Parts: sequence; C-alpha cells; structure tokens
Amino acid sequence: MATTAEGFDAHHEDHAAHDHADHKPGFFARWFMSTNHKDIGTLYLIFAIIAGIIGGVISGAMRAELAAPGLQYMGMIVDMMGGDGSSFDQQGHMWNVLITAHGLIMVFFMVMPAMIGGFGNWFVPLMIGAPDMAFPRMNNISFWLTVAGFFSLLFSLFVPGGVGLGAGTGWTVYAPLSTSGSVGPAVDFAIFSLHLAGAGSILGATNFITTIFNMRAPGMTLHKMPLFVWSVLVTAFLLLLALPVLAAAITMLITDRNFGTTFFDPAGGGDPVLYQHLFWFFGHPEVYIMILPGFGMVSQIVATFSRKPVFGYLGMAYAMVAIGVVGFIVWAHHMYTVGLDVNTKMYFTAATMVIAVPTGIKIFSWIATMWGGSIEFKSPMVWAMGFIFLFTVGGVTGVVLANGGIDDNLHDSYYVVAHFHYVLSMGAVFSIFAGFYYWFPKMSGRWHSEFLSHLHFWVFFIGVNVIFFPQHFLGLNGMARRYPDYTAAFEYWNQISSYGYVIMAGSMIIFFVNIGYALVAGKRAAGNYWGEGATTLEWSLSSPPPFHQFETLPVIEDHHSADDHISDRPATA
Amino acid sequence: MTTATLEDRNRRTMLLAFGGALAMLGLGYAAVPLYDLFCRVTGFGGTTQVATEAEASAAERMATLAGGKSFSIRFDANTARDMPWDFRPTQVTDRVAVGQRDMATYIARNNSDQPITGTATFNVEPEQAGRYFNKIQCFCFTEQTLQPGQEIRMPVLYFVDPAVMDDPNMKDVEQITLSYTFHRAIENEETKTGELAEQDS
Repeated sequence: MATTAEGFDAHHEDHAAHDHADHKPGFFARWFMSTNHKDIGTLYLIFAIIAGIIGGVISGAMRAELAAPGLQYMGMIVDMMGGDGSSFDQQGHMWNVLITAHGLIMVFFMVMPAMIGGFGNWFVPLMIGAPDMAFPRMNNISFWLTVAGFFSLLFSLFVPGGVGLGAGTGWTVYAPLSTSGSVGPAVDFAIFSLHLAGAGSILGATNFITTIFNMRAPGMTLHKMPLFVWSVLVTAFLLLLALPVLAAAITMLITDRNFGTTFFDPAGGGDPVLYQHLFWFFGHPEVYIMILPGFGMVSQIVATFSRKPVFGYLGMAYAMVAIGVVGFIVWAHHMYTVGLDVNTKMYFTAATMVIAVPTGIKIFSWIATMWGGSIEFKSPMVWAMGFIFLFTVGGVTGVVLANGGIDDNLHDSYYVVAHFHYVLSMGAVFSIFAGFYYWFPKMSGRWHSEFLSHLHFWVFFIGVNVIFFPQHFLGLNGMARRYPDYTAAFEYWNQISSYGYVIMAGSMIIFFVNIGYALVAGKRAAGNYWGEGATTLEWSLSSPPPFHQFETLPVIEDHHSADDHISDRPATA
Repeated sequence: MTTATLEDRNRRTMLLAFGGALAMLGLGYAAVPLYDLFCRVTGFGGTTQVATEAEASAAERMATLAGGKSFSIRFDANTARDMPWDFRPTQVTDRVAVGQRDMATYIARNNSDQPITGTATFNVEPEQAGRYFNKIQCFCFTEQTLQPGQEIRMPVLYFVDPAVMDDPNMKDVEQITLSYTFHRAIENEETKTGELAEQDS
C-alpha cells in the first residue's frame, strides 16, 4: 500500500464505529440514480452483455441464412416482425435491417459501453487514486443516454423504413440510400439513436479527460499513469474530436430527410460523397476508439502475468497517442472506390501504412514484455495472448487492404468483413474478455472458475477462427458483402463459417455458466489475488473495493515507477 | 499545484473539452462549403472550371505557341429518376485541340404535361481532367424551364486549358467525358406536391 496521508488517517479513526465507506443507498437510488463510478461501470457492463446477446443473436440469423445459397430464413423473420414474408423485396430489406442492427449494436452498444463505460468507469478512478469520476451525475446521464439510444435503435425495427420495417442502410447510413432511398421513420429513429449514444459518449469523454487531468493521486505524473489510463485518455480525445463530426453529418441527414435541405442531394447542389467523407472522418477514429482501451488492458495483463514491467512504457503510451493522431488523417481508405485520383489514393495508402509502425511498436513491446518473464497462464493472460495473435492477423490483412490498388478489387468483399472482424470481433472482444477475467473477482469479490475461463477461451478461439478465416477465401474469390444470397460456388466456405458460429455460440454458454457459478458459489477473492505482478492501485483495495474508496489518499512516491504504484519503500532507501 | 480548488479546475477542463467538441461540430458543418470550394478550386472529383472570354482567348494564344495535343471529348446525358425529360447530346464525340474553343449542343424535351424547371449537375471523367476543363458558357450555370412538350437546344462553350500538357497525370489521357444529369430544381418540389394534391382532390 502506498504511503498514507496522515490527516486522512486521523479522520478515519473518528468514525471507526460505523464504516461510512460502505454505506450504500437503496436499490432504486443505487442503480437507477447512480453517481458511483463502480456502480455505473457495472451497469455499463451489464448493458453491454445484454446488447451483445441481441447483436450476437442477429449475427446467428445471418449465419443461418448464409449457410446455403438461396433465401431460407428471411421470410420467416419478416413474418415474425410483422411484415409480409412472401415479398422478395421485404426479405432483402430484412437482410439489410439485420446487418445494420448488428453493426450499430456491436459498435455503439456492446464494444464501446464495455470498454469505455464499463472498464473505463470502473478502473480509471481506481488506478489513478481518485475517489470517483470528476462529474458523477454527468456520468449517470452518459449511461442513460446510451440506454435511450439503444431503445431508439430497437424501436426503429418496428416502424416502416422504406421497403419493409426497420432501417436497412448499413451502419454507415450512406446517402442517398438513407435519405431518398428510405422513406418512413425507421431511419430517423436509427439516426436519433446515434445522436443519443454519441451525446452520451461525448459527455463520458469529457468526464474522463477531466478526471484523468485533475484527479490523479499526489505524485502520479502523466508519465507514471498505468497504460490502461493512458489508453482511455487517448480514446476520450478521439471521442471528443470525432463524434461531433458524426453528429454534424447525421444531423444533415435528418434535415435532408425531413426539412428539404440538400447537403447530400445533387439536385440541390449537394454531394453524397461528402457524407462519406464526414462519416469516415468519424468512422476511422471510431475503430481506434474500439481497440485502444483493449490495448491498455492487454498491457496491464501481459505485465501482470509476466511479472515484469511492461517493455518500453513511454513507447507504449506515445504509440497510442500516435495511433490516435494519425487515425484522423487516413479516413479516405474506406472510400477508395468513390473515384479518388491516383495522388489522393497514394497519400491515403501511405498514411494508412504509417499506422502499422506504432501498432508494430505495441505488438513488439507486448512480446518483449513476455520475453524472459515469469509467465503464468492464468485466464486473462491466455485471452491477452489470443488478442495479440489474432489482432496481428487482422492487422496484416489491414495492411493489404490499405493499398488503394488492391482495395479496388477487394472493396466491399468478404475479405474486408474478415479483416475487420479479426481486429474487432477478435481483437476488441478478446481484450474485453481478458479484462473481464482479470478484473471480475475485483469487481464482484468472487472467483470465476479458471477451468471454465480457459475452456471458454479455447472454444471461442476455435469458433471465431472457423467463422472468419474462411471469409478471407470468399472475399478473395469475389464474394460481395451485404447480400443474403450467393452463387453456389461460395457454399463450401460459407457452410464452414456457419458451423463456426455454432461453436462460438457454445462458448458463450460456457461464459454465462461461469458468471453464474462465480456469483452463486464462487470463492471469495482477496484484495490482490494475482499476486506480485499486479502493481496498480486497484490491487491495494479489497475485492470488491469499498463503496467509497481511498478514504486514505494514496501517494505515489519517488521510488514508485510507472509500473509499480503499491510497493513499500525499499529498506535501503 | 495551483491555488484553484479541484472543483474550479474540473469545471475549467470540462469547458475546454466541450469547447473542443463544439469546434469539431462547427468544423463538421464548415466542411460543406469548404468541400464545395475545395472541389471547385482543385477540380477534385472531376469538377469543371468556369472561364471568361478573356481567359479563353489567352488560352488559345498560349496553345498555338505550345502546339500540339488534341482530345476526344465524349458527351454524356442523364436524367434523375423523377425527371420526365428527354435529354441527349446532338453528337456523341467531338475532337478538339488543346486551347481551342468548341461548342457542344444538348437537346432537352419536356415529355410531361406540366412546365418543369430543371437544373443540371456535371463533372468530367477522368477526374484529374476537371481542373483543365473550362466552360465559358453552359446551360448548367442557370436553371432551365421547359413548357409541356417544349424542346430546346442548349449550348456548352468550352476549352481545354493548355496547362494540361504540363501535368504528368494527364499524359495518358486521350478522351475526356463530359457528363450532365438533369434534376428537378428544388423549388419545384413544392409545386410538384401541390400538383399532386390537386390531382387527388
């Protein structure tokens, strides 16, 4: 434990009789009007799990449809949702609705809430020695705005969106499909959902920036902050600078749709390609928003289970800053096929490839951290190592796609689908599970089963690879994304990909059994249950931490480095 | 550490952060005129240039000095989905020397039984040709109103800037396609819905 400030100790003695650190409000006030960063973090995690189930079930419907050529299940789903299942157009529209909902849910309501809202809220204040977030009530507003956004998106599924029910625009909501191409309120509700979730995220980002800049424990300089805090800080800046551009773009969509403006309508002098520029100016930083907190978590975990300080701490921190900065000037690599001239393509190709440098620094440093370390293969570590491997695979296909010339051929093919699922549904999700198993006993006070966690890892690892690796072949052979049907030539690998989904779904059952086991029968967890490798401030507290932590203010002293915030002063000092 | 309380420092940081977010929101909207300006100045996306008579004459003199290349110009005409006009060029291709002024003619005919005002959008392909393709006069500069059944001939007066010969990106370009698409002018939307309402009653 870090040295204690004397005055706080004295204060504590006075109230020793009733431990007000653990006084909790009643159920409704605690969970619905919460201002406690740990409770809000828990709410975010529960919300992300629920949204993840819905998004995952949707992808199950898609994999079932794609298991064989022809249309098998779309009619049934259209009927179920209250449309006319015999209509071919409505079946096709339902496919568009499913891919749209899957994308939006997984990006805005699963990965972002889990990483930033969940782990960020829980552990940023703990790691920097703060009693709570800077603006606890704004924190609560952020969460409920996100929930409201989710309901707006779900509501859009039940109102007309042009050909059938629901918004069938893809998560990118490109004009003119999303303007003149989708009559009816569904797309308006989907866009409004982005407004709400975006507003929640901007408030959250402000909160994180303020907390991290102003509320660090005495002695914790920026260069002594844990890498997870660094990652959330960079992510918060990306959110703050990227989301308002999305807000502007989708607000223009709303007015184009409803109030007769022509921002993206050539008839009135607008340009639909401008929407793509604005969207991807947001969209590319967004993909780093989804992965940077994962980088941070993996850094903590790899260092903990190698019992070594992370290799190249400053390089790791500034690599994330570099990724964040360069991430803002590469957006047009998502739109190589809109008709960019050769020079523009060359610039975006080169700039995109530059990102491989800081990313390579990170991969190298994680491996160098493990090198010569006293490695323990606990569940968070295997998930983190799975992350490093699979994220690198996704990164390599990313370098392939960065080439403007090659992308002309691979654009909107399953190769792209495979690429971004390797970095997100494997990269981001593996880091979420790594963080989950790393911190679950800290958050709940109870142990999960390490056996089930390992089993979950292996089944999930096999499942997602069986789903997505064959999609590289499909894409290279010319299978286009966003279609429910395909030529029989693509059946073989599609069928295998759908088998992979079943394996992956099985692993999720293991996950839920594991959580259920931990909550019902899990052993009590000690304060620092990972032992000497775990050196950040959350490990100086009990598991779960007291409702109001750091009644005794932690102090980071000169002998504490960035990789060690809790050891006692060495005897020789 | 400063003397300001934590609360004050937090408020200041929050306001700065919100300021940053607001600035980006403003930048998002500023992108609309900026993008338009950028396209017109650089010819990005095949945006053609507008030239005066004087500039055209200067270009012609320059071209005679430089001597040289000629381009095949292909003319393309389209109408938006809800536009009941026939719209076509009188000739599909033409050959023009660099710097030489040339006139192309398009024909538009209103097939509906209502007067319709149209406005044309335009660009050229390949896109790097946009900054060298100058129009001195074009029907696309203004809106065109056609009475029911009326047919008009519409001229485009253009030339290719001699600077094209200094651009390595234009070296292998032999043909430039000039494309137009006629849309209903936006003011027309109201009259259109008005007319629909009349038909309903």
